[in-house]
Amino acid sequence: MSKITRFAARDPGPDARMAGFLAHLRAHGLRLGVGETDTALRALTTIDAADPTQACRALKAVCCSNAEDWAQFDTLFDSYWRNDGRVRQKVIASGRDAAPKHSRSSREAQQAASSDTKGTRDSPETSNQNGDSHMAGDGKLIASTVRNLMKKDLRELVSPQDIREAEVVARRLAQAFADRRSRRRKQARKGSRIDLRRVMRHSLATGGEPIKLAYRRRPDRTVKLTAICDVSGSMTVYAKIFLSFLAGMVRADNATDAYLFHTRLVRITEALRDDDPLRALNRLTLLADGFGGGSKIGSALDQFSRTYARKFVTGRSVVIILSDGYDTDPPELIATALARLKKRGCKVIWLNPLKGWEDYAPVARGMAAALPHLDLFAAANTLDNLASLAPKVSRL
Amino acid sequence: MNWSRVQSDMAKQGYVASDDLSMALHIALSLGRPLLLEGAAGVGKTDIARTLARAYNTRLIRLQCYEGLDAAQAIYEWNYQRQLLAIRAAAEDGETGKTIEARLFSEEYLLQRPLLQAIRQEVAPVLLIDEIDRADEEFEAYLLEVLSDFQITIPELGTIKATTKPIVILTANGTRDLSDALRRRCIYAHVDYPDRATELAILQARCPEVTADLGVQIIGFVQALRKEDLEKKPGVAEMLDFAAALAGLGLADLTDDPVRLQAALATLLKTHADRGAITTEIAQRLAGTAG
Repeated sequence: MSKITRFAARDPGPDARMAGFLAHLRAHGLRLGVGETDTALRALTTIDAADPTQACRALKAVCCSNAEDWAQFDTLFDSYWRNDGRVRQKVIASGRDAAPKHSRSSREAQQAASSDTKGTRDSPETSNQNGDSHMAGDGKLIASTVRNLMKKDLRELVSPQDIREAEVVARRLAQAFADRRSRRRKQARKGSRIDLRRVMRHSLATGGEPIKLAYRRRPDRTVKLTAICDVSGSMTVYAKIFLSFLAGMVRADNATDAYLFHTRLVRITEALRDDDPLRALNRLTLLADGFGGGSKIGSALDQFSRTYARKFVTGRSVVIILSDGYDTDPPELIATALARLKKRGCKVIWLNPLKGWEDYAPVARGMAAALPHLDLFAAANTLDNLASLAPKVSRL
Repeated sequence: MNWSRVQSDMAKQGYVASDDLSMALHIALSLGRPLLLEGAAGVGKTDIARTLARAYNTRLIRLQCYEGLDAAQAIYEWNYQRQLLAIRAAAEDGETGKTIEARLFSEEYLLQRPLLQAIRQEVAPVLLIDEIDRADEEFEAYLLEVLSDFQITIPELGTIKATTKPIVILTANGTRDLSDALRRRCIYAHVDYPDRATELAILQARCPEVTADLGVQIIGFVQALRKEDLEKKPGVAEMLDFAAALAGLGLADLTDDPVRLQAALATLLKTHADRGAITTEIAQRLAGTAG
């Protein structure tokens, strides 16, 4: 068994250590509140807390809340409670070892204690950072890492008239999606089923005769549209259609959300919702800094699935990806990102302008990797094309 | 109570629980918190609740979740048909007004659904909320309220407080992400496919008629099969079916009879694509290395 972490001599006690451990977990992405510290301490009282294996299992049950936490918990536990004798601890070992020796004054001891907690918490993070920089330094991505810093004026591409036309199409499309009905019934004046509960209540007034009938029906539930548009170099020719489509869609429905990406992902919903279409374009131009540069579909989708999707994508969402699938990221990244996105219960639609071409086959590696995760893969290079989507999506 | 007690109690009922799972169960039981079980289909999540109820000799109350599940199905409903009849009968007798209303909305006409039943038991039951991720978010929010207060308000009757706190087990397959609020209320355990030794122990506990040699072969075969690229990986229940099928077919060794083995695979492979993927040759190769 590996050695148990030695805590500073002035350590305030097990409660504080447990709080430190939960902070350590929090720093590694586990979602824990104050309540969990209490639960964790109470859980330890029900077992033999001196046995590290038992303590680890008990804390695992309390602190984890999904499969990912569950998988990484043992390592996190070891890095906090059993970190002595580990190679990566060497960096901070001097600070901690020094603590008992020099703790003559309380101030020094406190410093030592604080440097200790910092050290234990920092060490795994440092290794994380190393991992990140590894990925960023991947030599294959030269083309896309060069951002196109030249600003392109989107007004050259999209006119307010275009937006108005697109708005009509987008609204029709949004309606086609919206026809997904809830399974839950609500009381209503008209409906397919009688609401017996109401009928009974009303009938009391008429001596048990059900004269006034109440019904239940399934309320319509609007679908939330989320559009992610690729504006990398290879997509520039289609940007006009897609951006006006996005603008139309966002302006047609308040629940719609829009993003665009080239080498990074930007949320453009707020900008597009501006009352004045022209001003909306101005704001968009500012946001679309890097427009027409390289494309990193994989990392953009990955980032989306981890961040915005957690907040905005639900089971009633339809995520529309507008891209040609030419990606400089490894194709597996697209696949895992889409798989994670699908886990949220949404539908994913990929609109590819190239699919409109004759003899098009999704051979781009990124596109091929994405295909198994898509609910609909369709062509989209003109506004008419987008308009013809309506019947298809209503069948989803 | 001790966590290994839980493990041995479960083992007595024929359920081989891993250390992680037994500890999670122990904590959930001693802190009185709901336990959320996640894992692939067929790893025995539902069975945990069933075994627990047997081990503690108490009732199992099961609420199967589905999309559109609402209060009337999960908590309570008035028995409208009976109420209508009662109104008619009362009218014949000349009973009217307040008295009849009070009578109609009394316990007598209340249909108790699983959640209400669970909090009104004399002995704390095991409440299994199966596949919670299939229910919609509104229901999840309501459930959260019931699980934290253990009380249910019926407008006509008032608030009903729990007489005993049920042991709550929730299971999820990952059809959608559960809310953080619900996850935080629960003790969590992730149930994986069992390892070779555990699965062998399960097989021996459930199908004692399978010989030791064949048992080792079966487990080796099923575990190898899970590593193949399949649409639906065989779970523990499928493995038990497979063992029973082999015993029924009178097969003593997997490599003996390719045709009968292929027939028995019907218990393990549940999609057309998977059946196609595991040809006789592949099955024989897996069986050959399984022993």
